[in-house]
Amino acid sequence: MDLQTLWFILIAVLFTGFLFLEGFDYGVGILLPFVAKTDDERRVVINSIGPVWDGNEVWLLTAGGAMFAAFPNWYATLFSGFYLALFLILIALIVRGVAFEFRSKDNHPRWRSLWDGAIFIGSLVPALLWGVAFGNILRGVAIDESMTYVGSFFDLLNPYALVGGLVTLSLFILHGALFLELKVDGVIRDRVKTIARRFWLPVTLLAVVFVVLSLFETDIRDNFNVANVAGLVIAVTALLWTGYSIFQARYGRAFFGTGLTVVGVVALIFGTLFPRVMPSTLGFDLTIYNASSSEYTLQVMTVIALTVVPIVLAYQAWTYWVFRKRLTMQSKLEY
Amino acid sequence: MDALTLARLQFGITTVYHFFFVPLSLGLSIIVAVMQTIYVTRGDEKYKQMAKFWGKLLLINFAMGVVTGIVQEFQFGMNWSEYSRFVGDIFGAPLAVEALVAFFIESTFLGVWLFGWDKLSKRVHLAAIWLVALAANVSAFWILVANSFMQNPVGYTIADSGRAEMVDFFELLRNPNVWLQFPHVALGGLTTGAFFVLGISAFHLLRGKASNLDAFRASARMSLIIGTVAVLLTMGFGHAQGQRMADTQPMKLAAAEGLWDSEDPAGLSMFQIGNEADRTSIVNIRIPSLLSFLSYNTPDGLVHGINNLQAEYVQQYGPGNYIPPAIWLTYWSFRAMVGAGGLMFVLGLLGLYYISRNRLGNGKPKWLLRLLILAILLPYLANSTGWMLTEVGRQPWIVQGLMTVDQAVSPNVTPEMLLISLIGFTIIYGLLMIADIYLLQKYARQDIDGSGNLIPWFGPDEPESGKKNARYEGAY
Repeated sequence: MDLQTLWFILIAVLFTGFLFLEGFDYGVGILLPFVAKTDDERRVVINSIGPVWDGNEVWLLTAGGAMFAAFPNWYATLFSGFYLALFLILIALIVRGVAFEFRSKDNHPRWRSLWDGAIFIGSLVPALLWGVAFGNILRGVAIDESMTYVGSFFDLLNPYALVGGLVTLSLFILHGALFLELKVDGVIRDRVKTIARRFWLPVTLLAVVFVVLSLFETDIRDNFNVANVAGLVIAVTALLWTGYSIFQARYGRAFFGTGLTVVGVVALIFGTLFPRVMPSTLGFDLTIYNASSSEYTLQVMTVIALTVVPIVLAYQAWTYWVFRKRLTMQSKLEY
Repeated sequence: MDALTLARLQFGITTVYHFFFVPLSLGLSIIVAVMQTIYVTRGDEKYKQMAKFWGKLLLINFAMGVVTGIVQEFQFGMNWSEYSRFVGDIFGAPLAVEALVAFFIESTFLGVWLFGWDKLSKRVHLAAIWLVALAANVSAFWILVANSFMQNPVGYTIADSGRAEMVDFFELLRNPNVWLQFPHVALGGLTTGAFFVLGISAFHLLRGKASNLDAFRASARMSLIIGTVAVLLTMGFGHAQGQRMADTQPMKLAAAEGLWDSEDPAGLSMFQIGNEADRTSIVNIRIPSLLSFLSYNTPDGLVHGINNLQAEYVQQYGPGNYIPPAIWLTYWSFRAMVGAGGLMFVLGLLGLYYISRNRLGNGKPKWLLRLLILAILLPYLANSTGWMLTEVGRQPWIVQGLMTVDQAVSPNVTPEMLLISLIGFTIIYGLLMIADIYLLQKYARQDIDGSGNLIPWFGPDEPESGKKNARYEGAY
């Protein structure tokens, strides 16, 4: 396996980490106004992700940095091409991140509801737009011979990509609801159980629609390989397993199921793209070879990444262990 | 306005704004970690109160630094795609390493520290804040490795494709620029943290209403020692950077000094009103030979002027304008930075004098305490103007000698798109600044006992002992 392939896989892994982890805390942010009615309840819900959301978000920054280092042309084309979409994501991430730290610092009800609103919007927008972005990458966009995206913002809002957005949005809501089920207790827990039961079917239907549309909107039919077929099988099985577990009231298993669905979806997307990173509708595909850094940079980065990523996984896992206890209204609400 | 101007304006605004928060996080995290170390080793509850009090302010500030940092990472690709393609090999690597080895630790353990007071043993919890502090500074190191490449490119070759490619990773790390710039920035951060703590402590000592003034006296003493030493070292590394600049970026030095024509020996301009169109000065008050001395440690030595360098660069790089825009900005930024640094050093010495004689606190000396409150602004002024000098003075280059900014901008991003994002960021940043300052002043005025009682800004001061002018004995 060459280093370009290794880095393509590594970036897929970083996105998997990001979507798995940040996926549930987007979900929790979106569910905040629906499952928590009082200020204390909202505090419990926010505290369920309080110690970890920031670390989760670094997976995105690392994926972005890795793209920049390993595939500068991918980074440059994607970020300048999806300009306004990324601008909206940035604004969302800014207000969301600040809101987590600022909301508790004043007890005026309007101050609190302002930041609670920021958490909701700041979680909703990226949860939707990441799906739209990946849908567009998979479908192919207008990239010219100088590797420049020449389409418009509105070209990105095609029905296929929007369905992709709804898939990530609904999947993250379900993922977040199941996470909350494991972390909180009492009335909030009852509410998220109801939401998990109601959301499973829409998620599954949207996923089916997306896969069917993919057969026509992308070139997946000519590109079946081990990775995307395995990804598809994993995603479908995991989603069915999630549904089964929810109706058996085995929520730990169900959460594992939505997590595995994320893994499967990323494998499906990256497997279909390979060896391209951004297919072009104009015939100038960006591939892992014409977008990549020099061999030397890839070698250096490989040594660093393969050493550090396992350590990151270890200490992040440790933090989840430290904060494993279920939060109740009686918990000391430290913030 | 054209896309290039808007993209530059956006980079300037978002970067200066980002760096409003970063230095305080760099320095204050270390100071909080020191306080908590004293608490854990000596078991002195006062230091726990201090770590919690200053830690709250750190958290408010940290969040802003983190979220504005995301914009920094994204905007190279968004606004400067040609730059990203050209240097991605070299510039992307330190950014990725920064995320992997520093930012992950910082973000993960900040959460652990914030929520872990009662869940972890004292020592593990202490380790968490030290990891945050160290990782934040390591993070700054990697960002400056990337920035140093823009100031002084090393360890690269220009490939057949026209792209810069890395040939030696360790040469990037050995870049002489980074080993002056990083200490300068890290110590500048420590200075910022120290004068922040000092100014707020001065407020409480002046008002005399907090329940535990000892904690603020201890904070003032610690920050005076740290701040005075740090600002002196910052100036020392800054001076060394200036000397290197004479060698590697003479145009930046000439702009910073407003030196139009080469001179040997060169005088140091103290106050200048220049005519940038004619490239001459109208009013210029100078100290003879001092610039040569500062540049080379000898009373004479040729310092290159803007006009001579321009002619030289036309020979070297072909026709073009190699003079930074707005010389006045570079010139006055330099003076503001140095002036703020010198002023902080003087205030630090004054404070040390008073505190060593146990005469700081007890609401006295009023004038000094008031000055120290105002001095919170000085490091912010120095930090912002320092970066303006560094980045504006490098223009028109984005990578010194290799690529200019007009070659670097994204070709497909229209002025309209840039205007939307510029206005969007400016509005959001403006609103967040209001919220941030509101919270900082609120938490700075809180009593240190955790009761949440606010000390009013104005009103009669209450020296704690009632005995005015009494020396404070044995409080430390």
